[in-house]
Amino acid sequence: MPDAADAPEAPRLLDAGEAGLVVEFGDAIDEAVNRRVIALADALEARGLDGVRELVPTYRSLLVMFDPLVLGKARLRDEIAALWPLGEARAEEAAPCGVWRVPVLYGGAHGVDLDEVARRHGLSTDEVIALHAGATYRVYMIGFAPGFAYLGGLPEAIHTSRRSDPRLKTPPRSISIGGRQAAVAPPLEIPSGWHLLGQTPVRSYDPARTARPFLFAAGDALRFEPVSGGEYEALCRAAEAGEIVAEREGA
Amino acid sequence: MGARLLIERPGLFSTLQDEGRFGYQRFGISASGAMDPLALALANALVGNPRGMAGIELTLLGLSATIEGGPVRLALAGADMALAINGRPAEGWRAHVLEPGDRIEIGTARTGMRAFLALAGGFAIAPTLGSLSTHSRSAIGGFEGRALRAGDLLPLNGAPAGPLLALAPEHRPVGNGPIRVVMGPQDDHFTDEAISTFLSSEYRVSDKADRMGAQLDGPVLAHRDGFNIVSDGIVNGSIQVPGHGRPVVLLADRQTTGGYPKIATVIGPDLWRLGQARPGEALRFAAVSADEAEASARAQEACLLAMLAAMGEPSGPAELSSERLLAHNLVDGVTSALDPDDA
Repeated sequence: MPDAADAPEAPRLLDAGEAGLVVEFGDAIDEAVNRRVIALADALEARGLDGVRELVPTYRSLLVMFDPLVLGKARLRDEIAALWPLGEARAEEAAPCGVWRVPVLYGGAHGVDLDEVARRHGLSTDEVIALHAGATYRVYMIGFAPGFAYLGGLPEAIHTSRRSDPRLKTPPRSISIGGRQAAVAPPLEIPSGWHLLGQTPVRSYDPARTARPFLFAAGDALRFEPVSGGEYEALCRAAEAGEIVAEREGA
Repeated sequence: MGARLLIERPGLFSTLQDEGRFGYQRFGISASGAMDPLALALANALVGNPRGMAGIELTLLGLSATIEGGPVRLALAGADMALAINGRPAEGWRAHVLEPGDRIEIGTARTGMRAFLALAGGFAIAPTLGSLSTHSRSAIGGFEGRALRAGDLLPLNGAPAGPLLALAPEHRPVGNGPIRVVMGPQDDHFTDEAISTFLSSEYRVSDKADRMGAQLDGPVLAHRDGFNIVSDGIVNGSIQVPGHGRPVVLLADRQTTGGYPKIATVIGPDLWRLGQARPGEALRFAAVSADEAEASARAQEACLLAMLAAMGEPSGPAELSSERLLAHNLVDGVTSALDPDDA
């Protein structure tokens, strides 16, 4: 048994209207907090309560959306009170279930901010690529746009504050960094103030891929792998044909 | 080929919408769905459709279209938009049958913001991720993931003949009184003064209002310390307050997560009133408890069922019991939700 001092604090339950409940485990970006969020989301999903419409795990909280005509909030609060301590054990032991390998064509027209990022940090572009591709990232959450993956684990040497003038459109499948975060963008032109380092053939979101429209989920681990222009083009063709061109190792 | 709807004039912003796309917000997909789910449910019921079937949501100005290929039963409900069939004025809130070659024209809303055109049997269009709701910003759902354009030809399932139902004016939804909210989830990020200002002031819907959300003009609200939070989830009706201090009510097409504190949440039963609020319209907010909001959601469901039961053939008014009439008052606003008899 852990000491009382080590025992995790119970999450705060906050109302989001009559059809939403926020289970808040913390207020910062923290891997341990994110593990607890995901463990509770998994436990609630496994519980399969009638009336639960959506589970939205974020950096630090789980948003539960439900139909109050089917599942009253009082009952939901009781269920969560019973489930979250069980999730703690899972959060402790959760090992990364395989690491996605995401190919990236860095620089040039595919990553127009690579030179600028290198200049800001007094590094060569090769050094930035080596740092970015040398780290293992955690998917903290998916949000903002369909399949947009927020990643933690960016090496401190390339933490880069956001652009002061966000772009209204960025190329689809951009690989970018913002502050101490990194991201994989979906195959959509989205607005962004982050720095674009490269582009991946991988479609993190593809509604036509009915078996797996979304590739990544909160809690996944991933690494980036530099590829040449020729490999990139070939992988793009494969991705357009419906292939998932990211490999998952050790799953 | 079955019946089709040929769009001649698309209106200001006409999209296919059903009750929304559930289960994918954890992957960054906005829920979307009808901005006035009550009006969609009633329009569907008038033509005998299931309540959540997709209809065409019209914004401020309706469309003109011609029926092709087969007869179509349709009904318009929600905002008060002038309807004409083959150039002759026709009534909203009742079903009409149109033959191939017949033309409908829907004009500007006299009151309200959004009307719903339901077609018996719905659209012969495959849903995206379980829903026909259009999310134009990410090009998902509906007709090619976008608002309708002139020349679009919408394939219809068509439905066997059914009764031509109507809903009399006295049974239609009415919204008045303050918009009810449950405080939180981040009301502790605001000063006490900001909270009392929010609950005692008049706000107006600004011209920055669309399906994603509505920024409100009125007294600014002060944050206790800073306006950045680590992003968390957003529900329909979340009222976030960015750095400028003006509240923004997030609606059907809202982003799934956000980094501004949310002072309160509009309760489900009052969300349709935001969908019908026009730029310039004045709003006030009143706080209720989450339990009161839940009771109000049940009361509104009972009220909707009573409205469905009150639909009759247009030839004569539907019989109504006093029980049903009482139930209809429940949709009226804040007073009924605070009445303990409602639960």
